[in-house]
Amino acid sequence: MKHVEIAIIGGGPAGLCAAISAASSGANVLIIERNNKLGGQLVKQTHMFFGSEKQYASTRGIDICNILINKLSKFKDKVEIMTDTTVVGMYEDGVITAMYKEEKYIKIKSEAVIAATGAFEKTLAFPNNDLPGIYGAGAVQTLMNVYGVKPGNKVLMVGAGNIGLIVSYQLMQAGVEVKAILDAAPKIGGYLVHASKIRRMGVPILTRHSVKEAIGKEYLEKAVICELDEKWQPIEGTEKEFDVDVMCISVGLSPLNELLVMRGCEMKYVPQLSGLVPLRDENYETTVGNVFVAGDISGIEEASSAMVEGYLSGLCTAEKIGYKHEKFEELKNDYLNQLDDLRSGAVGKHILEGTKEILVN
Amino acid sequence: MRIDKHPILDFKRGKKIKFTFNGQEIEGYEGESIAAALHASGVKVLGESILKHRPRGFYCAIGNCSSCLMVVDGMPNVKTCITELKEGMVVETQKGKGKIV
Ligand SMILES: Cc1cc2nc3c(=O)[nH]c(=O)nc-3n(C[C@H](O)[C@H](O)[C@H](O)COP(=O)(O)OP(=O)(O)OC[C@H]3O[C@@H](n4cnc5c(N)ncnc54)[C@H](O)[C@@H]3O)c2cc1C
Ligand code: FES
Repeated sequence: MKHVEIAIIGGGPAGLCAAISAASSGANVLIIERNNKLGGQLVKQTHMFFGSEKQYASTRGIDICNILINKLSKFKDKVEIMTDTTVVGMYEDGVITAMYKEEKYIKIKSEAVIAATGAFEKTLAFPNNDLPGIYGAGAVQTLMNVYGVKPGNKVLMVGAGNIGLIVSYQLMQAGVEVKAILDAAPKIGGYLVHASKIRRMGVPILTRHSVKEAIGKEYLEKAVICELDEKWQPIEGTEKEFDVDVMCISVGLSPLNELLVMRGCEMKYVPQLSGLVPLRDENYETTVGNVFVAGDISGIEEASSAMVEGYLSGLCTAEKIGYKHEKFEELKNDYLNQLDDLRSGAVGKHILEGTKEILVN
Repeated sequence: MRIDKHPILDFKRGKKIKFTFNGQEIEGYEGESIAAALHASGVKVLGESILKHRPRGFYCAIGNCSSCLMVVDGMPNVKTCITELKEGMVVETQKGKGKIV
């Protein structure tokens, strides 16, 4: 059994910031990351981020990732990193089991845990939605931007939120044709700057449209789409066929919450936070003592807020086990204010409604 | 299907290595995932579903969904989207649940 002070599950923006913050408070931390490198979603995000300056707005995601890893390296003697290691269980006695590659299991006992596992991509129901060639938009982004491999030649993007719009643009940067972007909603969900950029490149964005079926034998060959009426029902006779070998599904993310459920954290389904999320207090501690959360696992938001939540959660976790940062109060207030600022817009209002549902004392 | 020129990214690929897919020799690069190397060579069907034998490809590419399970060096149920390619690997389409040895 391996003993550590704070185990951080997931090395995305939330986990990395939690580690920086806890280590700077004096605690020893272990980051456990399933991927072969740190960074979470940031490793594939070649676009410049939105958000405010404190969270590196107008810096590319891949560069933010390196900035955070650099910051973390200042605390070398306090931070241990295990990559290629997936946490597969969290138990009542505080033991965590993790699997290294497909080779061996490791048992870890820690005084506190910060779960920052992020999210997973949702799928959409339509006939033949399981054909190869139909991929999550994030998966296509990984294939292109991490491995330099094109997903195919012609793509239909389903979902016009920011992810759908950004990945469409990145597909074109990689030399892949995007036939159209669909969205079932009457309005484009993502930012207009992204949408106009794509329209200027000649890609139609079809709102009030959805996928009727996918056609193909071994893999996707065609996609049939149709228009939706006010009640989101297909309108007969509006079907259109697209010759595409790739369909990207970008209809939202859900918190990756299984470990928290397994550990017995009290959970609640909150639509504004995109799924089943843990109840937590202001310090991001769940209803199970010494189990903290940060980032998308506690509600789908953005990298900017994931980072601030990480800092806050790391600071509070360290304090809980006896490492109070000398500027604890000042830092905590600053992080809480930053979160308020980030949540001051229209989307933020939604998030704030959601967080009210899960906040406990 | 590899990207050669990219406006932002410069792909530093590892050493070229060989592996087999259902007995056929394929080339990939050190450091990439098995699924990425297969996709680059045009292989999209990685396995089949257990009950209805429908073709399966990857879906999430980050280890969440188990859509990419294959038999690798004789071991079934390997998530090929997060398993690194190695020289000489024997990769096969998975049919059924796979035997546990
Ligand atoms: C295409 C796209 C564009 C985006 N653009 C923006 C933008 O412009 N601005 C912005 O602010 N945000 C943006 N976001 C959102 C942002 O990327 C996420 O909100 C953010 O990455 C969440 O951080 P996280 O640390 O909570 O999760 P993640 O980044 O998902 O990190 C979680 C980590 O945990 C690891 N993990 C999961 N389960 C386990 C386990 N069991 N054991 C070990 N490790 C595990 C994962 O491998 C991963 O590395 C974008 C997202 C996408 C997909
Ligand atoms: S594609 Fe989802 S686990 Fe591999």
